[in-house]
Order: sequence, then structure tokens, then C-alpha cells
Amino acid sequence: MRFLETFFNGQVILNYLPDLVHAMGVTLGLAAATIVTGILCGAALACLRVAGLKVVNFFIIVFADIMRALPPLVLIMILFFGMSSLGLNLSGWTVIYIVLSLVLAAFSEEIFWGGLTSIPAGQWEAGRATGLSRAQTLFHITFPQAARRGIPPLVNRVLATTKLTALGSVIGVKEILSVSSSAQSFSGSATPLTMAAIAYLIIFIPAVILSHWIERRYHFAT
Amino acid sequence: MTKPRTMLEIAGLEKSFGEVQVLKSIDLKVQEGELVFVIGPSGSGKSTMLRCCNRLEEPTSGSIFIDGQRITDIPHRDLDRMRLKVGMVFQGFNLYPQMSVLKNVMLAQVKALKRSKAEAEARALEMLDQVGLKHKAGAMPAELSGGQQQRVAIARALALDPQVMLFDEPTSALDPELVGSVLKVMKGLREKGMTMLVVSHEMQFAREAADRVVFMDQGYVAEQGTPEEIFGAPKSERLKTFLSRVSHGDVEAEAD
Amino acid sequence: MDTFIQTFFNIDIMMQAFPLLMKGAVMTLKLCAVVILCGLTGGLMLALAALSPRRFLRWSAIGFIDLFRALPPLVLLVFVYSGLPFAGIRLAPFWAVVIAFFLNNSAYFAEVFRAGINAVPKGQTEAARATGLSGPQTLIHVVLPQAIRNVLPDLLSNTVEVVKLTSLASVVSLSELLYNANMARSVTYNSSPLVLAAGMYLVLLWPLVRVVSRYQRGLSSSH
Ligand SMILES: Nc1ncnc2c1ncn2[C@@H]1O[C@H](COP(=O)(O)OP(=O)(O)O)[C@@H](O)[C@H]1O
Ligand SMILES: [Mg+2]
Repeated sequence: MRFLETFFNGQVILNYLPDLVHAMGVTLGLAAATIVTGILCGAALACLRVAGLKVVNFFIIVFADIMRALPPLVLIMILFFGMSSLGLNLSGWTVIYIVLSLVLAAFSEEIFWGGLTSIPAGQWEAGRATGLSRAQTLFHITFPQAARRGIPPLVNRVLATTKLTALGSVIGVKEILSVSSSAQSFSGSATPLTMAAIAYLIIFIPAVILSHWIERRYHFAT
Repeated sequence: MTKPRTMLEIAGLEKSFGEVQVLKSIDLKVQEGELVFVIGPSGSGKSTMLRCCNRLEEPTSGSIFIDGQRITDIPHRDLDRMRLKVGMVFQGFNLYPQMSVLKNVMLAQVKALKRSKAEAEARALEMLDQVGLKHKAGAMPAELSGGQQQRVAIARALALDPQVMLFDEPTSALDPELVGSVLKVMKGLREKGMTMLVVSHEMQFAREAADRVVFMDQGYVAEQGTPEEIFGAPKSERLKTFLSRVSHGDVEAEAD
Repeated sequence: MDTFIQTFFNIDIMMQAFPLLMKGAVMTLKLCAVVILCGLTGGLMLALAALSPRRFLRWSAIGFIDLFRALPPLVLLVFVYSGLPFAGIRLAPFWAVVIAFFLNNSAYFAEVFRAGINAVPKGQTEAARATGLSGPQTLIHVVLPQAIRNVLPDLLSNTVEVVKLTSLASVVSLSELLYNANMARSVTYNSSPLVLAAGMYLVLLWPLVRVVSRYQRGLSSSH
């Protein structure tokens, strides 16, 4: 009974539900913006890498490596605190959006590039032999195949990256975790944290189930 | 009667991969409407020669002419236009797995030749009809047998109205019972007057359909002549050995 | 340009902060060791449970895996660290981190192990059983070695993720690398300690990321 009072207090739930629903909107918006930007940038970088320009490729590889090796929270703090001491005040939302987009771009670049390198040379040759340019062959023939192969790992990476929106709570973005943390300290009850967990489950359980389904459908090549 | 046009001419072609010289001065002419057959042991450079003819490989030196135009020195930005004149059929078909048969045949027509969609579709259906696969237009490549896939690949090349067709072992990835359907399409093409350079080990087909047979060995054109000359009276020892191996179904044996 | 360098690459400040950061790095490594070990063990157990023929066991394991894959690790951490005290369970930051990440990591490692075990052909088990090996013997000597080989790159990349994850411990004031760097930043009003911490993470993780890339490339081109 005391357990219910602590973690599922009806009055607290009612008080903070509107705030939390709003926070879910913020989380979803941030996630959507990140997914679109990250995947598009990753695809663009992978395609650029096909051009085979040594210097450009070097920078793409270094970028992808660093973004995959660094903990996102480190990047977030550097950008958030560093930029403000340069006199450039970025909002918490912007910082999270930039960092998560860069991270997702790095991972999806690697996924798309891995897909592209696994496309048989014959596909390129067939395209080129029928008079298509390199860009046309890439765009119409090889990239669509690479993207298909990349879907299962990409879905997992998108899930992992969007869950990182919770890091927004560290720099004051009013998303689910930060809203419920402050509600927890105001109300002196653990209930808002339970609500946060449930809010995340509402968003991510369908996503996890979707990822299982996709993995089964495209079970080849991870 | 005018002198026949030379559609494809290879002159002094050399090709090295790094240190290894794979083609050592190849000379070869194919007249308009001619079907020239290329045979030779695995690794002798047949594919490399063919791929130089549309510059999928860059020749190290020498010249290649398509219908009198030298293609070995045209700049990269004009390669795509040149390749429209040279159709190529690969051993592994290389159909685009994510597109229907019809889309496979339409793609380059629309994107490289800039035909309208309607025109490209009509032409694609016509070509699919020619290879006996019009009814498969809506199918995906994975739903077709190897022989059907290869015929679609031929239709895809033909739809661009090439002046020369290159075939690189078009039937060697096929189950024996499917080979005939592809050879039949090739025979039909020959009767229509298409100029063809064919690498293949279908000796029976060579006897029936080839105007000339070229034997390649270790990067050279070692011997050439009519099918009767090459198969009936081979001169060099290497060719004799090769032919006896092939007749025992042992083509790949001489790979080094 | 100069202010940029002063803000992010101030050598003096980095030198000053270095000992503190090294201390943090040691804590990070300690945390990694515990968390990775727990995650691997828990993940293997969960994977076996998720493949068990016993329906109740199987579905509980799958439920557990999906539940903790769906929750952001930071949410778990905050819940364990700030929520559980309301139920009278008060944990030191270190153990709060270990428990929260155990829940998260074992779910992820379980997925990896499960995929690896599934990829071992049925014939292998049948052959082993036919030669008289017991179920556990078959698992240990025949199935698991192949399963682990199948998913070595994924295990490695998951491990990289775990190391990155430990930076979240700074949120609950565990004095690991990022926490100490951020402390140094707030004392010096300068971001260079954060950049130095980033450098340290890179030294640790860049080689692993390279290996993962190389490995995955090798696998995909052999298809
Ligand atoms: N891209 C390449 N790089 C290096 N060597 C190659 C390449 N392509 C072909 N070769 C070599 O060139 C030789 C001739 O190959 P190829 O033209 O395919 O022979 P064929 O088609 O007669 O079997 C072989 O020894 C092969 O190993
Ligand atoms: Mg060949």
C-alpha cells in the first residue's frame, strides 16, 4: 500500500499529467528532428564517400570515428558550456539536436557505407555499361540496395539515439525526464519518475516491437 | 556492294594490373553484322579485353574504335554517351534486384538516353517480347530463372540501340537446360544483323553461328580463323590442348 | 580564433586538471569492468532463458529484454538513484549506476547473444547430441563458441556503447571522468578540461571503433 502511495500516487499523477504530456511532445519533436537530419546527413556523407576523393574521405572517416567513439554527453557539455563562453548562447534544445544529429549521421554513414561496399561490383558495372553516370548508378541502383541492407542496424541505431534525448534533462531541455525530475523534487514523491518511465515505454515499446519485426523481415546482413 | 564497315577495332591493346601484364598487344576487327567468338583458357584475358571495349577497364595503351570513332581517348565526361553504343551482357546477369523486369529495361533509357517514360516502356516491352519475356515484365528478377534473367539483361542492353554487343560468358552461370533459350536469342540477334563479340565456351554454338573464332592465350590473340579452321584444323599445340580439354568439359582446368 | 583556442584548448588549464581527470578515468575503468562483466553474464543468462523451451521462462526473459531496451538508460539511472530511496532503498552512486546499467546492458547483450545462438545451424546441436553430449555440454562446447564467433563484432560494438554509457554516471555525482572534467570546468570557467576528457575517451575508444569498423566491413564483403 505504501508502495502504491509512493510510486502511483493518484493526486500527483493528476497534477503533473498535463506537463508530462507536453514533455512527451518535446521528446517526440526532438527525436523526429534528429532522425531526419541524422539519416539524411549520414546518407549524404556515404554517397560523398563514393566519389573517392582522398582528403574528403579522410575527414569523413575521422568525423564518423570520433562521433562514434565519444560519449554524447561529453559532446553535449562541450557544446553547451564552450559555446556560451565564446558568447554564442545555444539553447539546450539546439545543443541536443545538433549533437544527436551528428552522432546519428556518423552511425548511419557507416551503415550506408557498409551497405554500399557490400553491393556486388556487377551492379555498378551494369549501370555504367548501360550509359548511366556514376551519380545516376549510385542514386538509382546501388544506394537503394545499400539502404535496404542497412535497415535493421539503422532502426536499432535510431532507437538508441532517440533514447538519448533524455540527456536533455542535464542541460534543461523540458523533455520527459527533466520535467518529471523536477516534479519529483517539488512533489516529494517518486510518482513522477514512474510516470516518466511509463511515458518512455509508451513511445519506445512499439518501436522495439517494430524493430523485432523489421529484423525478422530483413534478417540478412546486419 | 560497298566495303563492309568495321564496327569494332582493337589495335595494339595492352593492359596491366600493377606489375602484371594481362593483355599484350591485342589486334582484332569486327565488321558490321559479324559475330566473332572468343575462346581461350581461364585467365587468358578475355574478360579484360571485352571490358576495355566500353572502358569498364582503362587500357594501358593501344586504341579501340567503335564505328570508326576512337573511344580510348575520349574524356571521362563523355564515357556515358559512348557506352550507350556498346551493349554488354555479363556472366552474372547483374539485374537490379530492387526493380521489376520492366524497370530494369527502362532505367537507362530514361536516365541516360533521356527517352520519355512512355517511349521507354514501349521500347522495353518490345525488347522483352524479342527475348520471349514480355509476360514477365512485372516480375522481380529474383522470381526468374537464370536463363530468363540473362534474357532480360540482353533486352536491357538492346533497348539502348547499341551498335555493338559484347557478351562475357553469357551462359556459363546457367544450368545446362537453360542455356538453349539464351543462345536462341543470340542467334536471333545475329539474323537481325547485330554486330557481336562473344566470349563463350559453347563450341557447338560457335560452329553454327560464328563468322570467326579467336583463340586467346596468355594475353595474346594466339590464333584466329573461321570455325572450320579453328575447330577442324587447329595449328598451335596450345589450341589443340585447349580444344581437347573443352570437349572433355574441362574448361577451367587451365586457370593459373 | 585565439579565444576559441583559449576556450577549448587551454594547455595550462588542461595540465592543472590532468591529475583530477586521471583519477576520474580510473573510476571510469573500474566502473566499466564491473558493468561489462555484469552485462555479459546477465545477457548470456537472459539469452538462454529467451531461447528456453519453457514458455513462462521464455516470455519473462523476452519481456525483461524489451522493457529495458525501451527505457533510456539515464531514466533507469535516475529512477534507481532518486526513486528507490522513496521505497527505503538508498544506494551509493556507484551501485546505483551498476544496477541501472546492469538492467540496460544485459538486455542489449542478450539480444546479441540470442542472434548469435540462433545463427548456429540446428544440425550442430543434433550432431552433438547424437554423439552423446548432454544439453549443457552441447551448449558450452559446440553452440556457444560458434555463437560468440558469429557476433564478436556486435559484442565489441556493444562494449564500446557501455563504456560511453558510463559517462552518464556523472549525472548522479559519481566522480568518474566526465564528472571530474565538468567539475574542473566549473572551477576554471573554461571548457578545456571537457576537451581533455574527450581526448581521453578517444584514446580508449577510438581503437575499438576502428576494430569494429574493420570487422564489420570484412564480414559484409565476404557475403
Ligand atoms: N581488377 C583486376 N585486378 C588485378 N588483376 C586482374 C583484375 N582483373 C583481372 N585480373 C587478372 O587478369 C587476368 C585475366 O583475367 P580475365 O580477363 O578475367 O581472364 P578470362 O576472362 O580470360 O578468364 C587474370 O590473371 C586475372 O587474375
Ligand atoms: Mg572471364
